[in-house]
Amino acid sequence: MDIAFASETLMSLLAALPLTLELAVTAIAFGSVLALALALARLSGILVLDWLARSYVFVFRGTPLLVQIFLIYYGLSQFAAVRHSIFWPVLREPYWCAVLALMLNTAAYASEIIRGGLLAVPHGQVEAARACGMPRFMIFRRIVMPLAIRQALPGYGNEMISMVKATSLASIITLMEITGVAARIISETYRVIEVFVVAGAIYLAINFLLTRLIAFVEHRLSPHQRQPMPIRGALKGETH
Amino acid sequence: MTIPAKVTSPVAISVRDLYKSFGPVEVLKGISIDAHEGEVVSILGSSGSGKSTLLRCINMLEVPNSGTIAVAGETIRLKTASGGKSRPADQKQVDRIRSELGMVFQSFNLWSHKTVLENVIEAPVHVLKRPRREAIEEAEALLAKVGIADKRNHYPAHLSGGQQQRAAIARALAMRPKAMLFDEPTSALDPELVGEVLRVMRGLAEEGRTMLVVTHEMGFARDVSGRVVFLHKGVIEEEGAPHEVFTNSKSERFRQFISS
Repeated sequence: MDIAFASETLMSLLAALPLTLELAVTAIAFGSVLALALALARLSGILVLDWLARSYVFVFRGTPLLVQIFLIYYGLSQFAAVRHSIFWPVLREPYWCAVLALMLNTAAYASEIIRGGLLAVPHGQVEAARACGMPRFMIFRRIVMPLAIRQALPGYGNEMISMVKATSLASIITLMEITGVAARIISETYRVIEVFVVAGAIYLAINFLLTRLIAFVEHRLSPHQRQPMPIRGALKGETH
Repeated sequence: MTIPAKVTSPVAISVRDLYKSFGPVEVLKGISIDAHEGEVVSILGSSGSGKSTLLRCINMLEVPNSGTIAVAGETIRLKTASGGKSRPADQKQVDRIRSELGMVFQSFNLWSHKTVLENVIEAPVHVLKRPRREAIEEAEALLAKVGIADKRNHYPAHLSGGQQQRAAIARALAMRPKAMLFDEPTSALDPELVGEVLRVMRGLAEEGRTMLVVTHEMGFARDVSGRVVFLHKGVIEEEGAPHEVFTNSKSERFRQFISS
């Protein structure tokens, strides 16, 4: 392995890191909002909403992300109505097509994770909130959501890591994120091993930091699942 | 010690002709009960008699099929929704009345992601919009009163059942309720922890609080309550002052119930 070439490659690929992160963060952020809406639709008890959300999850979880990206980027432009709509300035951009596909895809998986979190909230705690006279939305905001997030976080962490890796598919529609740049360097140099090892290492580093971040948030959110802090009296005893 | 029923005081909770079914099963078949201010009413009955359902209808955790509930003279308005189901006509009214009734559950139902103190101030601050500092001061006094002031910063999972239930009582008291509803408050506790919760409840009764208590604790019903109501298969089978019904009840079923 040529160290000089590898470090040169690393610098080129790191220049593409912001685009990779941007794709992942934007898709996860928008996707989480859609996912929450889908999860609430599933649990609404309103048949039409439930059915719509089920179908959505079925389609977007059951088809490959790559196919979804192709359909959105190449497929939508086939329709004159789309080309003449107000969405066209957005939909003709490969960046927004990639974000859209990633977001729609992650929302399908994440909605099931959130639904699981919501279902795990103990009914008694909701009932206690109702018995205090809390209105519905306040119960959702103050009791249900905080408990559901704690339940959903480990699963959601998985999904976020998947999304970081899935951004590499955006290279197929001309986006020069890490994998796109890596493919270009290979086509110029034919040095597959160095380039893909470095590219893989960058994804690994991102996901290492992401894993630590999720673990930190999980730790902060669940003091109630740890042993209580030692009480002051015990500490005082040690100093004497 | 017996606290006499203050029948001359105004009615705090009034239940009239309450009917409630779950599907085909009729659980309450025309119940009427009044609880006067300062009165402690114990509701007894074997499992399935409808006693918990009766209590849960009072704050609309269960919506009765028919009948009326009034709290401090205000009748909870119900309407018939599509499909013939009964629904509260005004959810805001229900929420307000709920905030005036403190409820204590069999399984405590403390919010597990909040400390004991946060549990106690949650509804006063967010429902009643009391200033946070004032709510904390009052919460600390209540926690001291139920004997768990030192646990204020603990999470429910780190407390014993008895401590959790006392925290739940403090949480209910923090709303300065007009009446307290207890739904088998000691049934989920280890025998040695029952006493500490009953002591707190007895203290509340002596303060003159209005209390409706669904319980299996015969000692509490006999010694602390001013009136005992015995439910059997959804109807009131026996009712009266404890010294009367416990010594010479006309109901064969009640005599059997207390001797078993």
